[in-house]
Amino acid sequence: MFLNLDKVTKVFKTGTFGGQDLHAVEDVDFGLTEGEFVSLIGESGSGKSTIGRMILRLTSVTSGVIEYRGKDISEFRRQSLKDYYRQVQGVFQEPFSAYNPIFKADRVFRNVKDEFFPEMDNGRWQDKVQDSLGAVGLNPDQVLGNYPHQLSGGQLQRFLIARALLLDIDFLVADEIISMLDASTRIDVLNLLADLKEREGLSILFITHDLSLGYYISERAMILYSGRILEKGVTEKIFRNPLHPYTKLLMASVPRIDKKWEEVEAELEEKQSDIDSGCVYRDRCSFQEKCKQCEEARPELREVEENHYVACHAQEED
Amino acid sequence: MEPPQSKEKNEFFYFALRNNKLVIGLIVVFFFLVFAIIGPFLTEHDLNERAGPRNQPPSAEYWFGTTTFGQDVFTQFVYGLRAAFIVGLVGGGLATIVGMMVGFFAGYHGGMVDELLNMLTNTVITIPKLAVLLVIAAYLTVRGVIHESIVIGLWSWPWAARAVRSQTFSLKSRNFIDMARMTGMSSMKIIWTEIAPNMMSYLFMTFVLQFGGAVLAAATLDFIGLGPTEGISLGLMMQHSFNWSAIQLGIWWWFVPPGAALALLVGAMYLMNVGLDEVFNPKLRER
Repeated sequence: MFLNLDKVTKVFKTGTFGGQDLHAVEDVDFGLTEGEFVSLIGESGSGKSTIGRMILRLTSVTSGVIEYRGKDISEFRRQSLKDYYRQVQGVFQEPFSAYNPIFKADRVFRNVKDEFFPEMDNGRWQDKVQDSLGAVGLNPDQVLGNYPHQLSGGQLQRFLIARALLLDIDFLVADEIISMLDASTRIDVLNLLADLKEREGLSILFITHDLSLGYYISERAMILYSGRILEKGVTEKIFRNPLHPYTKLLMASVPRIDKKWEEVEAELEEKQSDIDSGCVYRDRCSFQEKCKQCEEARPELREVEENHYVACHAQEED
Repeated sequence: MEPPQSKEKNEFFYFALRNNKLVIGLIVVFFFLVFAIIGPFLTEHDLNERAGPRNQPPSAEYWFGTTTFGQDVFTQFVYGLRAAFIVGLVGGGLATIVGMMVGFFAGYHGGMVDELLNMLTNTVITIPKLAVLLVIAAYLTVRGVIHESIVIGLWSWPWAARAVRSQTFSLKSRNFIDMARMTGMSSMKIIWTEIAPNMMSYLFMTFVLQFGGAVLAAATLDFIGLGPTEGISLGLMMQHSFNWSAIQLGIWWWFVPPGAALALLVGAMYLMNVGLDEVFNPKLRER
């Protein structure tokens, strides 16, 4: 495995004196092979961004291990951490705050040069920047030398992808990267990612709340709810045959022409709570009568068909 | 008139020069600064020497008059102004630098580092400056303006630290800090190159405030007799005039110059602070 997460858990202390625990991510296991495009799908508060941040070493792991090419990433220090960032980068949801507002946008490139290529001469570096901007479909003459507020969200987001490309990365964590963009530029950025995967063999963890995007673009998908993976497998199989009640609900709530939004919203409205034992999804589950175990035991991920795993007691019975 | 669009620096000067509060404050401070620098060259007397007859009102020979001991008030005044600027620069500068360091580290690292630094900050706030100065006065029989400035600086940083810390906290959660971290930059470098530049205006304003505060604090200490034992300061002048009943005897030229200079200088600093706030914060700019 290229990237491997083993029982990764993140607990945040909350409350006035840090007395309460919030399990943002719990026992998450998954792996990525080289050149793979995987979607992590979950609603807000499901812990999907926390997983991305833990992979990028921006948030610490409470327990469990994240391994990159067989090495525990939490052990990386100065030089080895720098080497890690040479190969693994992230792009986030909100492009505007990714730039220091008082400097020109190119500064993100300058930082990469200063930190990773201090010896490269400026001419060669400029060529590299031009190439990388070209690769993300930006015209260098138009975008260089501008302040962040002078560029559009789509341009800023591509800028950040170009920044990642300067490093010849192998793995990109793309956290909701198109949700703040205009509808017209979304598909371009999405296709750019697919293109990079084809051309450069880039592996991508695509974090999104939008089921249809996950389906559109990825080879494998994981459905996250309240910090736990409820269903994972080959995208095609999950979407043709959703087994977990939550996945079914999500599938049903993709905007449709034949159903008004109010009806869908009513189904989604129930609150998400932090449940200590039993199935995290039991309060909202539509199968509730079916099984008694949901109150007591956390369901484990089980392979129901080849490359398709589900964590649901109801699926164990048959 | 439209502000120039080209460079941020130009925009800053455009608004700075059109802000009356800032301009007036700057003129007053500059006036006293020049006075403090060239003043001592305009007098042939020494600080404590008996320059002439006692209690002379201002005249062509003794510009600001003389004291009960026949010392020249003008000489004391210009040296006192120098001392005020030294206290402001050293005391205010020290408070700003220490406050910045503590605030940046506490705010950026959070967790345990923050807890410890916060504890230190709160401890310093609760230790009374007066008591410490009494102790120091007991140990150091010979004290200069610099000693006083250092003590003032070391006791006034906590407010700056608190302000810088909270600003750092809010900047730290922005994505551009994550982008910097993803280049493997050291935390020192992130603080200096990403966080500090965003707070430049704020840090400068903190310094202006601390400068005024230090001058005022020194005057207070001098007046109650905890000031320098050597040299002179505006506060000391007021203390001496008070001790020798200058008010009752009508020797107004002894205490009015130092009192007025202190009030104007500190007032100008605070005025500058308000003006700078308006320049840096577009929402407060006058139409």
